[in-house]
Amino acid sequence: MLPDYLYIIFFFLLGIAFVGSAFAVSWALRPRAPSQAKQSPYECGEIIKGDSRVQFNVRYYLFALIFVIFDVEILFTMPWAVVFRQMGVGAYLEMVAFILVLALGLFYAWKKGALEWQ
Amino acid sequence: MIRMFLSGFACLGFIALSAMFLIWWERKISAIIQNRMGPMLTGFHGTLQPIADTIKLLLKEDIAPAGIDFLSWWLAPFFVTVPVVTAFVVIPFSSSWVPYDLNVGVLYICSITSICVLGIFMAGWGSNNKYSLLGGMRSAAQIISYEVPLLLSVLLVVMESGTLSMQGIVHAQEHGWFVFKPHLAIAFVIYLISSTAEVNRVPFDIPEAESELVAGYHTEYTGMKFAMFFVAEYTNMFIVSATAATLFLGGWQGPFLPGVAWFLMKSYFLVFFMMWMRWTLPRVRMDQMMSFAWKLLTPIALLNLLISGWFMLKV
Repeated sequence: MLPDYLYIIFFFLLGIAFVGSAFAVSWALRPRAPSQAKQSPYECGEIIKGDSRVQFNVRYYLFALIFVIFDVEILFTMPWAVVFRQMGVGAYLEMVAFILVLALGLFYAWKKGALEWQ
Repeated sequence: MIRMFLSGFACLGFIALSAMFLIWWERKISAIIQNRMGPMLTGFHGTLQPIADTIKLLLKEDIAPAGIDFLSWWLAPFFVTVPVVTAFVVIPFSSSWVPYDLNVGVLYICSITSICVLGIFMAGWGSNNKYSLLGGMRSAAQIISYEVPLLLSVLLVVMESGTLSMQGIVHAQEHGWFVFKPHLAIAFVIYLISSTAEVNRVPFDIPEAESELVAGYHTEYTGMKFAMFFVAEYTNMFIVSATAATLFLGGWQGPFLPGVAWFLMKSYFLVFFMMWMRWTLPRVRMDQMMSFAWKLLTPIALLNLLISGWFMLKV
């Protein structure tokens, strides 16, 4: 159990060190000449109009909801898939019922127009 | 312990070399497809071009645009690159060359690489740029949508092999690669399409569609921060291709040559396939892409799961 986490943590720290050292080297080498025009956010060279953090329609909100449902479903199905051959027909039919309920939900969302990106 | 350090640094070196090689390779492939020469001046056929690019990016000034959300803007490259490095724990280069074969390898690789979407959205939000914000939002929608068919096709491989460990799946393919079984061939096609969308490649590269969004979520990044996004993108391409090679194409198995050679050949062939698609196909529209994921790929993957599950039990 322990070596599993040890390897993951080591690789995680290594990743941080990789990005951090790249940043550090470039911090030591790069020139610094800030100016106001350079630091304005890029908008095709025009003078920027308004704030970019305006109130906007989070279109993927509904997709995110459906995604969470399906992601949890797949997590539930993973252990079943591992032992699927030993469990036999009974477990298969139970999983069919589970997936069909979710498919019905997807179909309902589809008919309600939740899957339209307008 | 020593093995852990060695494998870690070996993977890090591999990531850097592979990203450099892929950038050069992509430029060459695009040049060949478009009837040009591509980079020619630095080294033989431009082979030193990625090194020159790295030095250039190291020496670039780091411009922080006005009005950024500094923390999320600064942390975004970490959130994109660190999961990519961490995912290398379970990639089986050959029968013995794997840093650590976790018993939940497939689930681990799918979950850890999906952290990248956080970094991409942080970059989009933090940059205080309208293009970045739109790009980050589109990218989040796209990655979570294509995650579902991707995981459903991975599920079928798990059902077939009865294990979640990457080496276990490779060993389950000793008597024939999974891609030659009809239901898994469908899963392979679904996996390829959705993994192309996962790593934001053409024809699904609307988050960085240069004709409308300049460069998408990394418009405001310069120097090493931009380089980190680039390294992460190319390494992510390698990771999804290596996963596809492991799950469907028999991993490191093959005659005559050592396992690692077969594994790299299969993975880089899939990377080449992605590049080939990039320079051949036009870009799809955002709404087309979302309905393609939810109205076509997901139902097909679900049906494939149910029907082939029945046949697996009966045969």
